[in-house]
Amino acid sequence: MQQLLLDIVKPALEVIKPTLEYISRIIVPMLQGTVVTLELFFITIVFSIPLGVLLALARISRYGFLRDVVGGYIWLLRGTPLLLQVFFVYYGLPNFGITLENFPAACIAFVLNYAAYFAEIFRAGIQSIDKGQYEGAKVLGFTYWQTMWRIILPQTVRRVLPPVCNEAITLVKDTALVYAIGLGELLRATKIAVSRDAVTSPFVVAAVFYLVMTYVLTKAFDQLERRYSIYE
Amino acid sequence: MYMIEAKNVYKSFGDLQVLKGISLKVEKGEVVAVIGPSGSGKSTLLRCLIHLEVIDRGSIIIQGQPMAYEDEKGKTEYVPDKQIRQICKKLGMVFQNFNLFPHKTVLENIIEAPIVVNKVPKKEAIDTAEALLKRVGLIDKKDSYPSQLSGGQKQRVAIARALAMKPDIMLFDEPTSALDPELTGEVLKVMRDLAEDRMTMVVVTHEMGFAREVADRIIFMDGGEIIEEGLPEEIFCNPRSDRTRDFLKQVL
Ligand SMILES: Nc1ncnc2c1ncn2[C@@H]1O[C@H](COP(=O)(O)OP(=O)(O)O)[C@@H](O)[C@H]1O
Ligand SMILES: [Mg+2]
Repeated sequence: MQQLLLDIVKPALEVIKPTLEYISRIIVPMLQGTVVTLELFFITIVFSIPLGVLLALARISRYGFLRDVVGGYIWLLRGTPLLLQVFFVYYGLPNFGITLENFPAACIAFVLNYAAYFAEIFRAGIQSIDKGQYEGAKVLGFTYWQTMWRIILPQTVRRVLPPVCNEAITLVKDTALVYAIGLGELLRATKIAVSRDAVTSPFVVAAVFYLVMTYVLTKAFDQLERRYSIYE
Repeated sequence: MYMIEAKNVYKSFGDLQVLKGISLKVEKGEVVAVIGPSGSGKSTLLRCLIHLEVIDRGSIIIQGQPMAYEDEKGKTEYVPDKQIRQICKKLGMVFQNFNLFPHKTVLENIIEAPIVVNKVPKKEAIDTAEALLKRVGLIDKKDSYPSQLSGGQKQRVAIARALAMKPDIMLFDEPTSALDPELTGEVLKVMRDLAEDRMTMVVVTHEMGFAREVADRIIFMDGGEIIEEGLPEEIFCNPRSDRTRDFLKQVL
């Protein structure tokens, strides 16, 4: 029985051995690319979420002018391709005297773009909170900002987790766009290996990397949702 | 000095005139029950008193401090926001559907406003909250979330939360209307205790038994007006207006 197993496993190993060896050689550059991908991901999340909260608050403020300006901003950023925005920041801004390296350019475009999406998610979340919560807070003497900060926004967190998770997953994959301005992220590292070695296995490895990242992300959001659901 | 003095209050929502010249005076320690058919403007009246709605005409004075007043031309003006907030601190309000903060525990619901609004030290706020929870019989629920409570328990927490701000006047807007009949008793008992402690209270209610027993004065409203007011015996046994009589016939 054992012998039989060995007879099967050993030749099988012989067959995939070159592939494994090949992958172990390309894995380092691909991991380096993944680091860049993750950097862009985290920078975008860390800055676009607070910016999105501010935009959402402006979007529902009592100042019509502010609402309109932010509405226009959101329309512009959601209505044009992210890649176009990346190009604009990287290739277009130098015409206005602002020249950026490709990584900061990518970060700026991503933060501005994702903040617009988050703003709409947060606005909907804030507006889904019962108006009784505002009244309950008001009769206790809370100011508008105290009400927002302590009563409304904490309840909004729980409600926006699912759509925010969706956006975060999209973001992981959108990072591949910056390939177009020559940033050495995961997809670019993959493509270099593919072109140089005329093989397709790096594509598979890249897919696995993306899948692992989105899987971890989904699990993290599941945890958050569970943590925030204690009061429901 | 009256605790509440509202004069000739008018309020419309668009074309719908909801309050048509309401005048109301409430003395210290008095319990006033407001009764009347639904849609008659009872909630709106309470909401105007605590500045959840802005009145169109008339004046509102709380403990001698004007919140809304008529200027020389007869136009109603409000005092600045900061002053309104200061005046409204004397008022506590309990809603039909509680409006507890679902993401905070019972204790947190009660200590939040004293700490944030009145800058009470946390330790002191907790002591006050626990004393209030004992008073409403819910000290064992202090770490529960509102979703884990029955309606009667929620309303008792809401009352404790309002009392934690040490108001001089309590407004109740149908505090038992959202409750199963068997749960109204525990809430009414808490309110009865408050009345015995001489808390000034304005209670909008459909609980005629409670109104009759606990209130010092009954106000009957219909169509945005005060039709009749008086001692409970007068209103219940000897109403002057036909509209009062018809209403009482329906609810008793
Ligand atoms: N925010 C509002 N907008 C428009 N109409 C309202 C509003 N609040 C109350 N109303 C109307 O005002 C009338 C009186 O309402 P309300 O004061 O709640 O009566 P009650 O508490 O006596 O049942 C009703 O016809 C109601 O539909
Ligand atoms: Mg009502």
